[in-house]
Amino acid sequence: MIHTDLCIIGAGPVGLFAVFEAGLLKMRCHLIDALPQIGGQLSEIYPQKPIYDIPGYPEVKAQELVDNLMEQAKPFKPTFTLGERVDHLDKQADGSFIVTTNEKTKVHAKVIIIAGGLGCFEPRKPVLDNLEKFEGKGITYMVRDPETFRNKKVILAGGGDSALDWTIFLADVAERVTLVHRNETFRGAPDSASKVFDLANKGKIDLILSSNLKEIGGNGRLNKVVLEDKNKELTELDADYLIPLFGLSPKLGPIADWGLSIDKNAIEVDTRDYSTGVERIYAIGDINTYPGKLKLILCGFHEAAIMMHSAFKYVYPDQKLSFKYTTVNGVNAF
Amino acid sequence: MINFTVEDQDGNRQEHEAPEDMGLSLMEILKAYEYPVLATCGGMALCATCHVEILEGKDGLGDATDPELDQLENLPEYYPTSRLACQIRIGEILDGAVVKLRGEDVV
Repeated sequence: MIHTDLCIIGAGPVGLFAVFEAGLLKMRCHLIDALPQIGGQLSEIYPQKPIYDIPGYPEVKAQELVDNLMEQAKPFKPTFTLGERVDHLDKQADGSFIVTTNEKTKVHAKVIIIAGGLGCFEPRKPVLDNLEKFEGKGITYMVRDPETFRNKKVILAGGGDSALDWTIFLADVAERVTLVHRNETFRGAPDSASKVFDLANKGKIDLILSSNLKEIGGNGRLNKVVLEDKNKELTELDADYLIPLFGLSPKLGPIADWGLSIDKNAIEVDTRDYSTGVERIYAIGDINTYPGKLKLILCGFHEAAIMMHSAFKYVYPDQKLSFKYTTVNGVNAF
Repeated sequence: MINFTVEDQDGNRQEHEAPEDMGLSLMEILKAYEYPVLATCGGMALCATCHVEILEGKDGLGDATDPELDQLENLPEYYPTSRLACQIRIGEILDGAVVKLRGEDVV
């Protein structure tokens, strides 16, 4: 069990800046994010795009902003659980919470801060009958441990960079790798695409183009995948694993079941301190809503500063909070 | 003003109007009419959550640009006249069009 003062759900720009604001008030943070890296949508969707409305930066690339925010948060030694989704929130007798992720990581915190942006990024799923029946029983949406696929028959589906990269990687691990793509060409990185064509020409992988996933089947566990080509002809393949790689899409996820007041996929908060209707749970950044809300990073920063002053009472119930400027007090690292 | 028709995920059709002189995108208009369009990336053709299919429209409206195709190709399903609504500027070309929402359901 990880023990911390504040558990921040979401390691995007607002979650990272919240660490800094918490640190100024001597509160420690643990962050959880469903993505395997920090930065939220800035790092996942548009790392190289310039942002023009961060105060003090006429122009900054999204990833550069994330790197700077991490640098700013560093003195306060945040800890992270990445690549895991928060599934459960259990209130304790003393008012604190235990957060449990889908990988059973447990975090004990006095305050919960939801800075989850648009929700957690989850894999897009193909539309196939019985898909859910085979999830975890041959169907997986990400490669966590490549060894799982050693000497197995693996079918990957998709045409983006991750489909190409994992095809190349698993070609040396699996018994047989088949990549299924709906078009004749790939729009992913040209280098990776030519490597995949090369592997196919050498007979190291099977490349099936202009085809779609049509059916899956098995007896309790996946053992076959049926493809349909552009002439509607069907091909049945033996398979131990199917890895559909169709990108990620944000979903609010289990947060929707925590008894919070939700309006159009956003959590309603009190603008005095960005608290939710549940004591000790705050929501900041794109995931919250209130009259006049603007989904801007800079608004999330403001919300983080305000909410930390409110959360202080739960972490230090016996202390009076006095407001101090960093220009006077500096940044006192943990 | 131009007029166009939106077919939602359940197949219900509704006609709407939009100003063609404000530099708005179809995605912004769909959001303004409170359709469940996430538009995660805010209109940069980087997330495909504003995926629409052009069912009827003037020539050219169903031709996705390269940045759109990069996203559309990553989706489990897309159609010959699929577009990203964020990349369609409201203008004369949209007048009389019928667009079907194809973005993922919002939670």
